[in-house]
Amino acid sequence: MSKDIIVCQNLGKTFDTARGDVHVIDKIDIRVRENEFLVLFGPGQCGKSTLINCMAGLERATQGEVRINDKIVDRPGPARGVVYQRMALFPWLTVMGNVSYGLKMKKVPKKERLERAQYYINLVGLQGFENSYPAQLSGGMQQRVGIARAYCIEPEVLFMDEPFGHLDAQTRYLMQEDLMKIWEHEKRTIVFVTNNIEEAIYLADRVVVMTNCPTKIKREYEINLPRPRDYVDKEFLKLREEISSIVDKTV
Amino acid sequence: MKNRFKDAASYEKMICAGISILGFLCLWQLVVSFTAVGELLSGPLIVLSKFVTSIAEPIGTYTIQLHIFWSLSRVMIGFALGSAVGIVVGILMGWFKIIDAVVRPLFEIIRPIPPIAWIPLSILWFGLGEGSKYFLIFYAAFCGITMNAYSGVKSVDPVLIGAAKMLGANNRQVFTTIVLPSCIPHIFAGLQIAIGTSWATVVAAEMVRSTEGVGWMIIKGQDSNSTVQILVGIVAIGIVGYILAVSMRAIEAKLCVWRVRGK
Repeated sequence: MSKDIIVCQNLGKTFDTARGDVHVIDKIDIRVRENEFLVLFGPGQCGKSTLINCMAGLERATQGEVRINDKIVDRPGPARGVVYQRMALFPWLTVMGNVSYGLKMKKVPKKERLERAQYYINLVGLQGFENSYPAQLSGGMQQRVGIARAYCIEPEVLFMDEPFGHLDAQTRYLMQEDLMKIWEHEKRTIVFVTNNIEEAIYLADRVVVMTNCPTKIKREYEINLPRPRDYVDKEFLKLREEISSIVDKTV
Repeated sequence: MKNRFKDAASYEKMICAGISILGFLCLWQLVVSFTAVGELLSGPLIVLSKFVTSIAEPIGTYTIQLHIFWSLSRVMIGFALGSAVGIVVGILMGWFKIIDAVVRPLFEIIRPIPPIAWIPLSILWFGLGEGSKYFLIFYAAFCGITMNAYSGVKSVDPVLIGAAKMLGANNRQVFTTIVLPSCIPHIFAGLQIAIGTSWATVVAAEMVRSTEGVGWMIIKGQDSNSTVQILVGIVAIGIVGYILAVSMRAIEAKLCVWRVRGK
């Protein structure tokens, strides 16, 4: 049994808005094992993104705490990598500039920086595009840059917030496949948020189903299907039906 | 393939531009030649030939290119100072809340005052020489750019700032690697507007008081009842203004390659 790398205890978040307090996360306990691929699955707008932002340190929880490797998370920092739904690439930097950004901030010498960035650029299959700007790339390629950028700082854990949400269906399948290959090649602890049931079952070691806002854990599923998984495999479809049936429906 | 279409499109555009300008000149010439307007206005042929001859024969003390040079040098000095200060003030105002709170109310009151309203005071303060003109252009450029630099900082995508922090950037690094580069397009939009108002301001300042420059040419034309000279001045203003705007855009395109879509 590998150890728990992320531990969320009694985690809660309430936003103080003009229309009063909005309670988004309700006392959540999650433990993520080392090198586990954990998927947070739930209906749209349920607070999954807020949860992942709290875990990454982009937002502060108003209740409870998040610990990663026994250190409390209370601010952004390079021990955790984030891949964003809106890509959030730096448009004035090339692919190489984006991927090596974190190393540059850490003042890693240029030669080493470029070598390490090149390794991750190759890993996501973008060799030949090092000097392109994000605006010159397709959506799928842009998100590959996002993944390489998060990997390149070699964080303890990676958070991915609906990274394929804006991609078309075909590209999405391809990216899921490639993300699996990348992850199997470079094992990391990944927390992945999605509202797509297929994506959740295809990628996850464990799927955590979230309720509507204020979100809490509804149920957890260990996914023990062999990889690479098949979207139309009988077991896959059975799981899909089972999980779909317990998810809160929203309009 | 793509390039050929692009060339064809720009070729068509040039033909359209040529037709529009030539058409305007023809119409102007016809109206002047065949109607009573001719008594009040010189035709394009006379104006253009006067424009060309004044390259060799001085109007007043200087030839036309020297008049343009005088006006341009005033613009360049005032504009460079005004935009440098404007960029710094705008960025500081955008980045530091306290500077924003203190400086912006004052700035918002000063900003709507047109440069020409300052002409009388600037002459009292800086005399009739170059000083007052530098001041006016400085003011024109400063007002245009400060607000753009400010809104540039304000409109930096907070997700990008979050991303930079997650990648380990400290506050200073966020400022230099995220805030500054994302301001550049806004600053250039401000520079484009400011170079236009600066150019307009120098003409106004020279019309009020000077002994050279394109503004002086126009006002002297009025004194001597010479519509030709006035129009030569106006044509010069138009051409130089156009060149300034085009070169500004070219510099922006060079500096902001990353905004261009496709290869």
